[in-house]
Amino acid sequence: MQAYHVQTGIVCPLDRSNVDTDQIIAKQFLKSIKRTGFGVNLFDDWRYLDDGYPGQDNSKRIINPDFVLNQPRYQGANILLARKNFGCGSSREHAPWALSEYGFRTVIAPSFADIFYNNCFKNGMLPIVLDEAIVDKLMQETFAIEGYELSADLERQVVITPTGEEYSFEVDAFRKHCLLNGLDDIDLTLQQGDAIKAYEGKMMQKTPWIFNEVQA
Amino acid sequence: MAGQTLYDKLWNAHEVTKRDDGSSLIYIDRHLLHEVTSPQAFEGLELANRAPWRLSANIASPDHNVPTVTKERLEGVAGIKDKVSRLQVVTLDDNCAKFDIAEFTINDARQGILHVVGPEQGLVLPGMTVVCGDSHTATHGALGCLAHGIGTSEVEHVLATQCLIAKKMKNMQIRVTGKLGAGVSSKDVVLAIIAQIGTAGGTGHAIEFAGEVFEDMSMEGRMTVCNMAIEAGARVGMVAVDDITIDYVKGRPYAPTDEQWSQAEAYWRTLYSDDNAVFDTLIEIDGGQIAPQVSWGTSPEMVVDITQSVPMPEQAVDAAQEEGWLRAYTYMGLEAGQKITDIQLDRIFIGSCTNSRIEDLRDAAAVIKGRTVASTVKEAIVVPGSGQVKLQAEAEGLDVLFTDAGFEWREPGCSMCLAMNADKLEPEEHCASTSNRNFEGRQGTGGRTHLVSPAMAAAAALAGHFVDVRTF
Ligand code: SF4
Repeated sequence: MQAYHVQTGIVCPLDRSNVDTDQIIAKQFLKSIKRTGFGVNLFDDWRYLDDGYPGQDNSKRIINPDFVLNQPRYQGANILLARKNFGCGSSREHAPWALSEYGFRTVIAPSFADIFYNNCFKNGMLPIVLDEAIVDKLMQETFAIEGYELSADLERQVVITPTGEEYSFEVDAFRKHCLLNGLDDIDLTLQQGDAIKAYEGKMMQKTPWIFNEVQA
Repeated sequence: MAGQTLYDKLWNAHEVTKRDDGSSLIYIDRHLLHEVTSPQAFEGLELANRAPWRLSANIASPDHNVPTVTKERLEGVAGIKDKVSRLQVVTLDDNCAKFDIAEFTINDARQGILHVVGPEQGLVLPGMTVVCGDSHTATHGALGCLAHGIGTSEVEHVLATQCLIAKKMKNMQIRVTGKLGAGVSSKDVVLAIIAQIGTAGGTGHAIEFAGEVFEDMSMEGRMTVCNMAIEAGARVGMVAVDDITIDYVKGRPYAPTDEQWSQAEAYWRTLYSDDNAVFDTLIEIDGGQIAPQVSWGTSPEMVVDITQSVPMPEQAVDAAQEEGWLRAYTYMGLEAGQKITDIQLDRIFIGSCTNSRIEDLRDAAAVIKGRTVASTVKEAIVVPGSGQVKLQAEAEGLDVLFTDAGFEWREPGCSMCLAMNADKLEPEEHCASTSNRNFEGRQGTGGRTHLVSPAMAAAAALAGHFVDVRTF
């Protein structure tokens, strides 16, 4: 997993509450056999005026010019600023996959749905909870100033504005450790590799048939 | 000191380490892979440049998406009409080739529903931890295994580390005492259990099925019961190892032999709950009272005896249940108070990982006795659980019995259990199905599923409506 230290970049404001995982990545794209390729269909319903379906040529689609992601001033944004209860709905991991593939490894909101919040960390993303009033202020500044950038510093647990104001956020120590070091669940388990091997060594004596070759 | 339950023993034997957060690292002995839940796991491995931890733990077979009509099946993968279905099967083949994982491919004689294939081939053995990206993995607990379904990220975790991060569940024992009556099968037992404890009854527990009824039950019957532990809310269902288990395993293609067999048998015979083991929850049911069961609604707990009627709203225990029932009457197109034997059937499905083994097919065939499928039934299909089941049934002449009576004899796969392939119900069609889930739309949009045993499904096919197989 890619480590996360500091991310600085253009902020994209998504000014609505309760954005659910169906809106982040619509149901018809879940039939895919991949965990990549979802970025182009992030927020598909809002981003395009025509219907989206898997495997279509997205360069030929009708863009919705009003949607924030399509506005020239937010091109290249890598921090998503959202409203409360972001990521509610199903547990699909396709939602963080789509966001991070698009380029959003940081999402700031007053609150997140639980499963989505967890899934972000599993996929190298940092969801940041800030006070509703602060999110509101940042949102206004983003609207007011073209090219508005924020910095998210995980080590110091602060969001830094262009004028140097700092807003601190909470993050679980264990999750922070994993994200700073780019460790996912599998890496963590593999750190116990010696224990797994020792267990296998013991069981090869006790239950050797478990380890017999399997060939079709 | 309190003794250990079967679950405690299996858990302890597989605990690699305890983690700081109260969970444990559990070693996985056998990992079954199919085409629907594995592609992203393989892609994840590749993206992170990781290799499977232990190749010999894995076995794959396509089952959810394969066509069951012989003509299409003979074309192999190319015979799968739906593009997404085909791509999933092709991707499984590619991934197994790339990662060197053993696979029974679409037309291998050993291909089939993984929960039928695993035990049948001796790939699943007593005492193992068994996982698969499918909730009906609980089936394998019938052999005295710790077996449960996992999600795709866990599939990747198991491939990469041979372990799972898990928290221990509570212990529940369900004792079914006495003797089952004639015409009452393992399917009726598990439906009766779910009707009693509800679909949340086993939540957070590992269930052990015990008592005289299970001691007398065949391995295949035990698999039917453990299969539906998940419908009772538990991820795990188990039965202790006894002579029936050992006899079943002996001589299976991948079972140990010679000295290894003796060592294995000695270990397997320790896999039962100690007399003084303590269960968090105990449930007792009188097996002698169980009648053939039929589900009338859209949840596996909406089940009644064949002699009964669709329940009246005032029989509901609370408002929430009443509300569920009202919704179910409408969806199912049934009246409260309507007799179960008055429900007319459009289609019959004998198959699925719950009831597609040889004994199930024998049970269904025994009901036919020269009769034919009612003219009002549009389609009655028999889908064996695996290539081996199919061959065995054909050797016994069951296929001829079925086709002479007007059933279609199909190729192995999940088929109409979840309608991912072409086998589906049309809206509003009633189906007597030997599968495990009767949720809205499960067998096709608007389809109306009634869960029953193989013998009850066969009898319903002949009569055109539900009948009590005990007097048929
Ligand atoms: S038969 Fe049905 S329940 Fe069983 S594995 Fe296939 S789809 Fe799942």
